[in-house]
Order: sequence, then C-alpha cells, then structure tokens
Amino acid sequence: MTASAPDSPAARGGSPSAEARFRYVLRLADTSLILGQRLGEWVGHAPALEEELALANIALDLIGQARLLLGYAGEVEGRGRDEDALAFLRDAPQFCNASLAEQPNGDFGHTIVRQFLLDAWQLELYEALSGSADARLAEIAAKAVKETRYHWRFSAGWLVRLGDGTAESHARVQQALDALWRFTDELLAPDGLDEQMAAAGIAPSLSALRGRWEARVGAALAQATLQRPAAARYPWHGKRGVHTEHLGHLLAEMQHLPRALPGAKW
Amino acid sequence: MVTGTTPEPVWQVLRSVMDPEIPVLSVVELGIVRYVRPAQGHLRVGITPTYCGCPATEVIQRSIRAALAQHDMGDVIVETVLSPPWSSEWLSEEGRRKLQAFGIAVPTARAPSQVTCPRCASHRAECVSEFGSTPCKAHYRCGECLEPFDVFKCI
Repeated sequence: MTASAPDSPAARGGSPSAEARFRYVLRLADTSLILGQRLGEWVGHAPALEEELALANIALDLIGQARLLLGYAGEVEGRGRDEDALAFLRDAPQFCNASLAEQPNGDFGHTIVRQFLLDAWQLELYEALSGSADARLAEIAAKAVKETRYHWRFSAGWLVRLGDGTAESHARVQQALDALWRFTDELLAPDGLDEQMAAAGIAPSLSALRGRWEARVGAALAQATLQRPAAARYPWHGKRGVHTEHLGHLLAEMQHLPRALPGAKW
Repeated sequence: MVTGTTPEPVWQVLRSVMDPEIPVLSVVELGIVRYVRPAQGHLRVGITPTYCGCPATEVIQRSIRAALAQHDMGDVIVETVLSPPWSSEWLSEEGRRKLQAFGIAVPTARAPSQVTCPRCASHRAECVSEFGSTPCKAHYRCGECLEPFDVFKCI
C-alpha cells in the first residue's frame, strides 16, 4: 500500500483508481472499527448497566458497519483479502482511521465527548454518502445512518446532561472537549484523496460537511453550556496512516488472538 | 428431491425458521426475507439484516440453510441484501401481534412514542434506555404496573 499514489496530482480528476477507492473505503471502515473496539473496552466497567448496554450496542453497530465496509474494501482491492484479513492482519501504519477514534476512553464523560464529536460527523457523512455515485457505499451508508441517529441521540443527550449538570461533571466534559477538539480538524479538512472522491461524486465535499457539522455540534454545545475550544490543528493524520501511540496498543489487544491462532474458529 | 425452481415451498420452510432472539417470530414475519427467486436451476433467497452488527444475522442465515437442506429444497443460495434498509415497518401485522403477546411492545413509525405496556396495556411508559437487550430493542418501564419491558425500536 503506498500512501502517496492516491494523493498525487496526476491521480486527480477522472475516475478514481481501485487503489484510491480502496483507501477511501478503508478510512470509513477503520474509523468505525477502531471506535467500536474502544467502546467495547467499557464492557464490565461502565457506570451503570443501562449505559454499559448502550455503549456495547453502539460498539456492535459500529463493528457491523466496519464489517460491511471492510468486506467491500477487500473486493475493491481485488487481492483476496477479506474483512478478517483487513481487520486483523494489518499493522498501525496501514490503518486509515481518524485519529480521534483511537484516543483512549478516559472517564465516562471523555468517552461521551469523543462519541459526540464522531457521531455528529458520521451522521452528516452517512447522510451525504447515501447519495454516493458508488452504489455499494450508498446502500451501506443508508443502512448505517439509521443506527447513527440513535448513537447521536445517546451521546448528545449525555453531553447536555453532563455539561449542564454538576460543577464536577461540567468541568470534566469541558476538559475532555478541550483535549479532543484538536483531533476534529482531520475529520473536516480534505486531503487529496477526499477531494478526488468528492470530484467523482463518491464522497461529499468535506468543506460543505464542515458547515453542517459545526452547526450540529455548536447547537448541542450551547445547550450543554460548554465552551467551544479555539480552533487547533493536530499535525498528525490517522487517515493517512500516521497515528498516535495509542493505536498500536489497541491493535495488540484486538489482533492478538487471530494472529496467535491463525484461522481459529469459535 | 425438489428440483429447486419454485419459490412457494421455500417460503413455507422459511415460515418455520424462527428468529433466535425472539423465538415466537419467523424470519418472514420479521420482514427480513426480501425475495425467493429462481435463477438458472437454483433458488436465491435474499435476507436483509435488521442492524449492521446484529449477531443473530449469521445464526439466521445458518438456520435458513439448515432448514432448507433438511426439507430437500435443492440448490439454494442465501444472499445478503442491504437496500432498501430494513425498518420496523417491515414487520408483518401477525408479527406485531406475536411480539406484543411475547412481551415486546411494538410502536409504529407514525407514532413511535405510543408505547403500550405488553403486560397491563397502559400507555404510561417511560424510556429507561434507548439501548436494550439486543440491537433492535429499547428498554422501557411501565408507569402503571412498574414492570420493565422491551420495545422494538422504530428505525
């Protein structure tokens, strides 16, 4: 997998190559997979049974979406890699998830803030992708968006309760927001591959998506009495395979079993 | 041996395949069988998942293959169909009645907040959590008889 090819000016315009489409689908798949894996870490540890069920259910939806997307990515790539090969046999630099998804859970409020920022993004993205020129992506997105609406109601609901709650809960989610905000620019700043997919009608324009995301997030932050942090850019880009140190640890846990026992079945 | 080119016997078998999580409901009543159609000497059965990550989907596909093999239905290909996505509106009327009798309330998409307690038929119910025991259900509590119960989500 080469990181530069899909972004080179020569690759822009015209119909995107299979390699470019593969990498784009992987971005969507990996963000869902890694976020789902993170949420799964709450099982057995959530503050209340109802919230544990909610986090586990959201994780399940995300991993289900990731399976559909990874399966499709494997078909586009055409080298015989199935969803399991892509999930379990790649190393960190080959993962294309948004950096925000791999950030550790922290406390419950921290997890809610991460979820809230990503739910708002996936909701706008999947709604737009439902009209993608890529029929398969369109049908996966149309399916996923119904689930994502539930995720958003959950995370935005908790954000408001915690933000507009006690002094302690307010301070904790504000702190989480301040810590995680720098990872949001990656979601909304298009690189060459994003632009190429938008030009081909496969993906929405991220610049247009930014406005809708900011309106959605801004309204919820106001209701939660939280301060929107100042714009800041994180210099690394998970979607280009450059990750924070947290992803390797997550992958070690997620991939250990299938790598230790290749082909093992339940 | 059935030659495997007529859909009706296959529909009959499918009506006997139950959802593993909701054993009173067949896959046909759940509304996840999209088609049974002949194609070049065999039959294709299209199944749509309720939720992307629902672990029951694979169990259902296995049960369908096993039931069709047991009834000697010949060459049947079970395939996944995503579009149009499943919604609770695909539940059959009979399916809705069976769910309510089983203890799972089923509001309609037209009135998603109109939840009837499956135990005492009260409309005074409150949502405890939008996420319940399986991806397709939310968790409610009756304000009248105070019993907790599941609600089939409207998606």
